[in-house]
Amino acid sequence: MKNLKVELPPLKQTQKVRLERAMELIKSLSSTTNNSVIVADSISVNHKEAFLKGHGTSLIDGDLLTTVCGVVINVDKLVYVRTLRARYKPEVGDIVVGRVIKVAQSHWKVELNSTQDGVLKLSSINMPDSVQVQVGETQRDGSLQLLLARSHKYGKLDKGQLLKVDPYLVKRSNLHFHFIETLVIDLILGRNGFIWVGEHAQAHDPMVVDDENISSKTRQNILRIGNAIRVLSNLGFTVTLEVIMETFNLSNMENIDIHDMVGSEFHVLVTENQAERRRRCA
Amino acid sequence: MEYVNPEGLRLDGRRFNEMRQIVAEVGVVSKADGSAVFEMGNTKVIAAVYGPREIQNKSQQKKNDHAVVLCEYSMAQFSTGDRRRQKFDRRSTELSLVIRQTMEACILTELMPHSQIDIFLQVLQADGGTRSACINAATLALADAGIPMRDLAVSCSAGYLNSTPLLDLNYVEDSAGGADVTVGILPKLDKVTLLQMDAKLPMETFETVFALASEGCKAIAERIREVLQENTKQLEYRRAA
Repeated sequence: MKNLKVELPPLKQTQKVRLERAMELIKSLSSTTNNSVIVADSISVNHKEAFLKGHGTSLIDGDLLTTVCGVVINVDKLVYVRTLRARYKPEVGDIVVGRVIKVAQSHWKVELNSTQDGVLKLSSINMPDSVQVQVGETQRDGSLQLLLARSHKYGKLDKGQLLKVDPYLVKRSNLHFHFIETLVIDLILGRNGFIWVGEHAQAHDPMVVDDENISSKTRQNILRIGNAIRVLSNLGFTVTLEVIMETFNLSNMENIDIHDMVGSEFHVLVTENQAERRRRCA
Repeated sequence: MEYVNPEGLRLDGRRFNEMRQIVAEVGVVSKADGSAVFEMGNTKVIAAVYGPREIQNKSQQKKNDHAVVLCEYSMAQFSTGDRRRQKFDRRSTELSLVIRQTMEACILTELMPHSQIDIFLQVLQADGGTRSACINAATLALADAGIPMRDLAVSCSAGYLNSTPLLDLNYVEDSAGGADVTVGILPKLDKVTLLQMDAKLPMETFETVFALASEGCKAIAERIREVLQENTKQLEYRRAA
């Protein structure tokens, strides 16, 4: 609970009680098998069987110890520790959203919330901004090569907002690029924790710079979705399209102003909503 | 001056083998990758870890196969009784180096080549034992940031006054002029990573004081484990959907 206190706005006593009750409910609904470990915990393995040690483990004196805090996962013979709050670990084929931070002679350096900055070798993008790319290959020296597929979906992102959340809150799924038809908004969930919310980009010639302003209604929707994501990230809930839309609809139903969404009352409402949702799914 | 009275009570009412109250909290600086606050009695330290991230200063990149660990220790100007004149003096530089070496020994730097890890330590209140509190806070912050480590580095200090070994000295006891031994250990692997001493001690006495400090370290390790376990469990059940 101490963790929450820092990220949330100050709560009144009644709100605290409601929040704790909702959190308790979520806690009781979570799976009972508790595999969470911290640094230097021994992992119980059957030494007679061969096992592969993966990320987050190390073999010291015949004992398998963890090197990070997280959850132990056993997949067939592979034993590894899935970390929670670590930086993004790039995998080939992942969709990521990045911020261009440096322009060099033959390449651009992109900030990805990872161990290193990504390298984008490209000649078709004019002005550095936010870009949606796919991780191509990882070179041997550890730097990342980014691939830009030739479709209107990948490339420079315009007219919207970039949000940063913790990478572990974005799960890998089939679809990372979401087009919300009712609001004409694009939502891109980068696996590195960078999320882009913006006006829908139609397929157009990237060389033509579109100077039209976005309508006020679209702007408000973009902000509302942005705040919904912020609230979910503050509370530590996984960020998926369904959850974001639920939170967005909740804020509309309760007639909460956009700037009030990051206030204490809405945080409590979202937690209660999340608890309900999990109870329904369980 | 009497630091231990005939009944065995110290100036703040503790016995010779009692530590001060520990308060530890993780995830306090939201912008940092990992952060922690660690309090030992009145000594309060905040640690923020950034990394592993792209190396900022290319000239520091000597070895390509290890992560570079940078550490900065500073005391806030309001942390001691007299307002400190300069933030960075020789003592801060020495402590930055010492803490960096301690943490570097315990981080698995080979797993993160071409990157740097920044550890920032800020002392908010100084009442003796700041270097131990800093190491403990740094360990918590590194674990919070998900940086792989061999083990948790924990540290505690002990001294020798009025012919008694005393655990966890506060500022008054520290300034008394007796010996002050700071020990840093890796509890699971049972190894010593830091050993510093001021003043002089005969060998047998040193062994007693060292053993006392090690016991203190083990107790702190228990506390740190509790905090990390609680934090990990919480993050996990909130996330799972």
